Order: sequence, then structure tokens, then C-alpha cells
Amino acid sequence: MTIPAVTFENITCSFTARGDAGQSYTAVKDVNLVVGDGEFVSVVGPTGCGKSTLLNVAAGLLKPSSGMLRVFGEPLAGVNRKAGYMFQSEALMPWRSCLDNVTAGLEFRGVAREEARRQAEEWLARVGLSGFGDRYPHQLSGGMRKRTALAQMLILDPKIMLMDEPFSALDIQTRQLMENELLELWSANRKSVIFITHDLEEAISLSDRVVVLSAGPATRPIGEFTVDLPRPRDVSEIRLSPHFIELHDRIWHSMKAEVLKGYAQTRNRVSA
Amino acid sequence: MRKHLRLWQAGLLLAIFGLWQVLAQPELLPPIVWDNPHRAAFFFGEPLKIFHVIWVWFSGGEIYGHLWVTLQETALAFIIGSVLGLAVGLWLGLSPTASALFDPYITAMNAMPRVVLAPIFMVWFGLGIWSKVALGVTLVFFIVFFNVYQGVKEVSPVVLNNTVMLGANRRQLLRYVYLPSATSWVFSSLHTSVGMAFVGAVVGEYLGSAKGVGYLIQQAEGAFDINTVFAGILVLTAFALVLDFAVTRVERRLLVWRPTQSETEPL
Repeated sequence: MTIPAVTFENITCSFTARGDAGQSYTAVKDVNLVVGDGEFVSVVGPTGCGKSTLLNVAAGLLKPSSGMLRVFGEPLAGVNRKAGYMFQSEALMPWRSCLDNVTAGLEFRGVAREEARRQAEEWLARVGLSGFGDRYPHQLSGGMRKRTALAQMLILDPKIMLMDEPFSALDIQTRQLMENELLELWSANRKSVIFITHDLEEAISLSDRVVVLSAGPATRPIGEFTVDLPRPRDVSEIRLSPHFIELHDRIWHSMKAEVLKGYAQTRNRVSA
Repeated sequence: MRKHLRLWQAGLLLAIFGLWQVLAQPELLPPIVWDNPHRAAFFFGEPLKIFHVIWVWFSGGEIYGHLWVTLQETALAFIIGSVLGLAVGLWLGLSPTASALFDPYITAMNAMPRVVLAPIFMVWFGLGIWSKVALGVTLVFFIVFFNVYQGVKEVSPVVLNNTVMLGANRRQLLRYVYLPSATSWVFSSLHTSVGMAFVGAVVGEYLGSAKGVGYLIQQAEGAFDINTVFAGILVLTAFALVLDFAVTRVERRLLVWRPTQSETEPL
């Protein structure tokens, strides 16, 4: 038995409400989750259920109120150096060109500039951006910025990839292209992936396993589904296969009640 | 109209000077406002005489020394004020304790009309350029400081977290994220701070000096030589325009990474 890449052990995260120290809000409660080495796990759940909180805990950006996070068996202290993080919103440094954004991580590690640039060129080519290295982020389209962010993360060769709805801002065509590219890069060099999304189809088509979270507050996993679809997959084709549809039905059935609960809460919050 | 905008603008300028010349002409208008026909020219000067003064200044070369001094003072005030503002802004922006401690002092110093410090600076630094530089620095510092402080506070947390995840330590965060973000705010206030450096230099010269365009104006005022006063003002205005144009050029070079509406070209 190999050591799992990431283990959540009874993770609970509470936040004190802003402006009212007495009030506290528990985002996630008693979460236990194991992500194997080289496994692609998607986490789905209703909006505002604390999916990103879990990812931030895994990244070491957020210290859980209680519980422990293990990375390859070791308790995590500080930032998770074995992980790369791809954020939902724009995370590139706008004042650095595309190429300089990709080299940044290597520069922090003290890699010589020449060498860093050579590797960055390679990665830009791999994500289909060769020739765009001297552009600034604002001169690139949303999809190209995501590719840059992907190259920026992968150039450091992290053992664990944390992805927080990375493609949610993209249009559906670009999104499926990016998903296929991600799968291709992933199968060439299997890393552990925790992929957060609210899109069930995306979750099933990409992953080995789908974890369903309950609606917040006090979110916890309420179901786990193994996705035994054959690889390599084409995300736009696999959606039509009968087994995919059956899986989708089953997972959606377990999610539905939670999604409705989450929706009702959001609506109440708006009307209040 | 839009096609010949420059022409229209020049025409308007000419018209204003023409009207000015006519209205100030002795005995051209019936004496309604002034009982002494030469009074209008005495108070408002005459454009032709003003331009003559300017012509003499430039052809005789007398003005260049004065302009050079004013330019030096402006540049020094801008550079020193910006560097100080950047350093203190970064420091207070990154250290909540220091920021909480100094907050009322910063507010008080900013609210104080700093031009009244000019005589004190004159005592401290003498009548040379440094008292003017000091005045300009106090004006520039606060503009840059507040911008940098704001810039540090408003660094995108996502960009910050991303940089942390890429392995940046505290020093690298400062160099790769805070400093570029803060400098971009400094550049966006470039026009105001260069303008303030210029104001500091001229006001300082005006209050006591032996050289500079402000000194020329002050001398002429002492002799009730309105034409020379206006000549000085016009030279200063032209100078400020040139300075502003230069700043725009520099700004365009330094902020290429910033999206502007005309520049954005999504692919």
C-alpha cells in the first residue's frame, strides 16, 4: 500500500464573523478525505459550501481550526511545498510578461535566468503558447491566461495539483479543449489532483473519483463515487457514453437535495 | 471641427491674446472702467510687451540659467519625495503596527498647509536650491506615500497567494509583488507629483532666492513690472506643459503592462 498524497483528518474550519467576534461560522466540519498518489479526485458541491476552504487547507494557506492534514504521511506545517495551486480568478502577475510569469517559480528557487527561460519556453510550447511569451496578461485571452497559469504551476513539477474551478470562467468550447489538454498533461506525468468544481459533468469526465460535499455551513463529504470510465478520455465524447450518463444520474441524485438546500440558503441571505 | 482641432486650439489662443491686447490698449476704449487710460495696461500688461520680454530673455540667454535652476529643483524634489514616499508607504503598508502608530501623525502632517514651512526651510537650508527642494519634497512625499500605501493594501490576494504557492519567501514577495504593484501606483500619480514638485520649486523661489523663474517673477513684482510678471507666468506655463508631455511619454513606456481601452487586443 502506497502512502496517500493528501489526507484530511477531521478537518474543521471556523471563521469569526466580521464585526462580531462572538458569532462564528463553521465552513467545513469533520472532513475526512484521502487522495491517493497519482489519483485525480474531483470535489463537487453546491455554491458557497466551502470547497475552496478545503483546498486552501491542502495548500497550507489556511490553518484548520482543528484536525490534521498530512502530505505523503507528514503533518503539514506552513505552505505545502509539494503542491501547485491553480486559482479560480486571475492570479498572474499583471506586470510580468507571460514568459516571466512562467519563470517566476524557478526564479524563487534560485534557478539561473537562462535555464529558467529555456524551461519556460518549453512549457509555453507544451500548453500551446509558443510565440506569446512577451505578451502581458491583459493582452491574452481568458483561455490563454489559464494556459499560462497551468504552465506556471507545472514548470515546478508539483507532486500534487490543487485546482479551484480553474476553467469556470471560460466558454464551453475553450473549456473542453483545456480539459482535454489537462488530461493529456496529467496522463503523461501522473500527479495527484484535487479538482474543485460545481460542474458535475466536468468532474466525472476528468476524474478517477468524485466526492460530493453537503451544503454549508458545516460542510462534509456525503458521498464518494468511483469513476471507472476507460482512459484516455475525450471529455466531449465521453459525455455521450451510457455509463457516463448512468454515473451522472447516480451522483446527481445524491447531490440534488444539497444543491436545493444551498440554493434556498443563498436566496434567504439575499432576501434578508 | 475635430479634424482641425489643433488649428482651432491655436486660433482660440490667438484670439484671447488679441482681445487682451485690444482691451489693454490705452485710449482705445472709452473710459468706463478706468479713469486713467493707462491703468488697464498697468494692471494687466500688454501681450506684445510680454512677448517682447520673453523674446529678450530667450535671445539674450538670460532665462536659461533660471529655467535650469527651476528644473533642477523640480527634479530633485520629485526624486527624493518619491523615494521617501515609496519607502515609507511600503513600510507602513506592510506593518499594521507601525501604520496604527503613525496614522494620526500622517493625517495631521497631510492636513497642514505645508507651504508655510518654506520660511523654516530657508533658515535651515539657506537661499540656494535645497530649501526649494525641501518644500517640493514635502508636497510630493504625501501624494506618493498615500498612493503606495493604497497600492500595498490593494494588492490582489489571489496574486499574493499564487506567488506564495510558487515558493516566494517574504523578501521575494516584496520584490516581485509589493514593489511592482506599489510603483505602478506611483506612476499613476506621476502627473500630480511632478506638478507638485514644480509648485514647490516655484513657490520656494518666489518666497526667497537668487535664481530661478520664481525669482524673476518676484523681482518684477517688486518693481510693479506687470509685463515681466506675466512673461514669467507664461514661461512657467509652457515649461509645465513640456514637463507634463515628458511625463506622459515616460508613463507610456513604464506602464505597458497596464490594460488601456485602446491598447487591449484579446486574441
